[in-house]
Amino acid sequence: MSDESMHSALVGPGSDWWKPAGRQEKIWVTVSFIWCIFMFAAMPFWHFKGGQNPSGTRGKVDPMAFYARTQKFIEDYSVGTDQGIPVVEPPAGSEVYLLGQMWMWSPVLKLKKGVEYTIHLSSLDLNHGFGLFPVNINIQVVPGYDYALKMTPTEAGEFKIICNEFCGIGHHLMIGKIIVED
Amino acid sequence: MKDAISQFAARCRSCPITGLKIDPTASILLRLHAVVSVVCLLIGGIAALLLVLTRWEAVHLLDATWYYRLLTAHGLNMLIFFIIFFEMAVLYFAGPIVLSSRLPAPKLGWLAFVLMVVGTLIVEYYVFAGKADVTFSSYPPLKAAPNYYLGIIFFAVGALIVSLQFVATLVIAKKEGAYTGSMPLVTFGGLTAAIIAVITLLHGALIYIPTYLWSLGLMNVDPQIYRLLFWGLGHSSQQINVAAMVSIWYLLAGLTVGGVVLNEKVSRTAFFLYILFISMASAHHLLVDPGMGPAWKVWNTSYAMYLAVLASMIHGFTVPAGIEMGQRLRGYTNGIFEWLRKAPWSDPGFSGLMISLVIFGFLGGITGVVIGTEQINIIVHNTLRVPGHFHTTVVGGTALSFMAVTYYLLPLIFRKQIRMYPLAKAQPYIFGIGITVMSVAMTFMGVFGVPRRHYDSSFSNALFTADFNPVVYVLQAIFGIGGILAFLGLLIYVLIAVASVFFGRRFDPANPEASAGHVPPGVIKLPKQAHEGGERVAKLHKTGTPGTVVLVIIFFVCFVLYYFVNWKSLAFIWKIG
Ligand code: HEM
Ligand SMILES: [Cu+2]
Ligand SMILES: [Cu+2]
Repeated sequence: MSDESMHSALVGPGSDWWKPAGRQEKIWVTVSFIWCIFMFAAMPFWHFKGGQNPSGTRGKVDPMAFYARTQKFIEDYSVGTDQGIPVVEPPAGSEVYLLGQMWMWSPVLKLKKGVEYTIHLSSLDLNHGFGLFPVNINIQVVPGYDYALKMTPTEAGEFKIICNEFCGIGHHLMIGKIIVED
Repeated sequence: MKDAISQFAARCRSCPITGLKIDPTASILLRLHAVVSVVCLLIGGIAALLLVLTRWEAVHLLDATWYYRLLTAHGLNMLIFFIIFFEMAVLYFAGPIVLSSRLPAPKLGWLAFVLMVVGTLIVEYYVFAGKADVTFSSYPPLKAAPNYYLGIIFFAVGALIVSLQFVATLVIAKKEGAYTGSMPLVTFGGLTAAIIAVITLLHGALIYIPTYLWSLGLMNVDPQIYRLLFWGLGHSSQQINVAAMVSIWYLLAGLTVGGVVLNEKVSRTAFFLYILFISMASAHHLLVDPGMGPAWKVWNTSYAMYLAVLASMIHGFTVPAGIEMGQRLRGYTNGIFEWLRKAPWSDPGFSGLMISLVIFGFLGGITGVVIGTEQINIIVHNTLRVPGHFHTTVVGGTALSFMAVTYYLLPLIFRKQIRMYPLAKAQPYIFGIGITVMSVAMTFMGVFGVPRRHYDSSFSNALFTADFNPVVYVLQAIFGIGGILAFLGLLIYVLIAVASVFFGRRFDPANPEASAGHVPPGVIKLPKQAHEGGERVAKLHKTGTPGTVVLVIIFFVCFVLYYFVNWKSLAFIWKIG
């Protein structure tokens, strides 16, 4: 400030306040700016170099059509039931269909470790949330949209799908299962 | 026109402490909005306590229906009613009062207030009657009773009118010579908030009117488009909160320690960036949604360079630096941190300001940027990390700053002494510590995969169970204790505010010393707000603010560490693409 005066934010600065910033402020703004650019660049970078991106292929789908597709998928590869829910073991690398509806995920999936599947997520009724436990992969499931994500299980074991989007009074009962074998 | 001005001059009183002229209608409306705001805060707070005692599995107080119902009530009463009513009060303060201007259309102000109150009452009725168990975000096809949406529309139109009237106030104040030169920074920040409010509320109309028609069966609403537009409203309104909060930081800095604006250009540019980058905010709610592709997501969360984050990082420097400089001007020039050690920590306006600043910056800001990163959002979306994050921004940051400024508004605007002042001194600490403990516990639970908005993490009646790491149950207890503490802090605030407004002794601004011990020190002796240049001031200019430099270095290191830790833990999960 030319006259070196100072005032609080309650006092008008007069008309001439476009003045050079102090050295410390300038450095901080510069450092922050570079950091912001860096954080931006990290996102496209991870698309090229990283293994976890919520890209997938996305499209609109009629909920009934998705339901029918899931039923067909279940018929094709069903290997039994678990708690009344069909268990499905799809061939390695195939297209997998997982339907959310009030208040269950179907089918139960049996997958192979280290194999890539294309998992189609959609809903028959409301928004649901695909929350893979304990891996902690969380994806929004929106009715009318097919979100097809390539997933490769990296460990064997039993995993749960917790619904993590509020979907009515039975929301907390909505839990599914994925079994990964070596 | 001339007539209106002289009438105003006759009607308004001038405040002997700050020298500001007070338009009586603006002053009444300010007080009414503030009072309704506090009532909503109390409703939301009681709901919060019951939610805490439900999610703490060892207590598990409510049944599922009431958990989801009060979740809805809590979200609405806090995020919408409490916050926005308070912001309208802030606009009345930053506009007509700070500028010593008349209100252009007092009747419109009343109309807006009535609309907002009626809207609120409608929404409260439908929520508590169980006709809108949809959470505050009400994603279709989940449907509430049509009038619920109508109530929100009423409320939003009211708020829109207040914001527009604020802008009109700036125009007539300039024209009628209430101020010359540029408006003070506090008002500029208020203007930022008002402009964002107008844009936001228009988004609101864009989404709530079709949704209302849809609930009546008159049209279709695409669930994904709804989510996009809803967050155009829902997150942009968080930008209003940030702008309002930062303005309050600047205001309180001035009132409590004579904090200065180091550079008007820098601070104003930072405010301006909030407006430019406003719609960014919507996108980071949709990072793992099926409706948009990665390019859209990356671009719209960052506009390629995160300039809204930059803006907050700038304020994160200039506010504490202004405080430091204010303290140095008051003579606390020894070493790097004397200004901080000798600060008025028992002034609730000051402690509230500082705790809000620290919680918002260190916890809210850092976690927000990190979890809003496209890929990192995969391990965060809809887990408890999300409410863990925003209880450090909008609660530990915004709500706490609103509480802090109340301790100044009570004497300055309400002309009341503060009841139970000793308790008021402790209140920001109780609330701040409670919210921090609760939020950190929520964040860690989220890391273990515990979902938000979820009644029963033991899955007792479900087909399968998820066996959470036993640590989760310890975290639940910590969360519970933090939540109860925060609730106590909130309750103390509400009690003090209500008791002071309705049963407070008069604060006599002509003789502030008579109120000593019942009002914050800044009210009794306002620190110097303007300093002529001179040798001493020039020397301080040269030293700058070394203490703040140290603080932001610590902040930056935490930020970078947290950022990379999250990328690292993302890299451990399944391959997904
Ligand atoms: C005493 C203070 C508070 C406590 C103890 C508290 C506690 C909670 C709890 C336990 C939840 C539920 C999390 C879940 O189950 O998913 C919640 C949600 C929420 N809180 Fe608070 N809260 C407090 C203050 C506030 C304030 C002041 C605001 C806003 C200004 C706020 C905004 C919200 C919002 C928007 C939600 C999300 C609701 C939803 O998921 O639909 N809270 N809070
Ligand atoms: Cu669900
Ligand atoms: Cu659900």
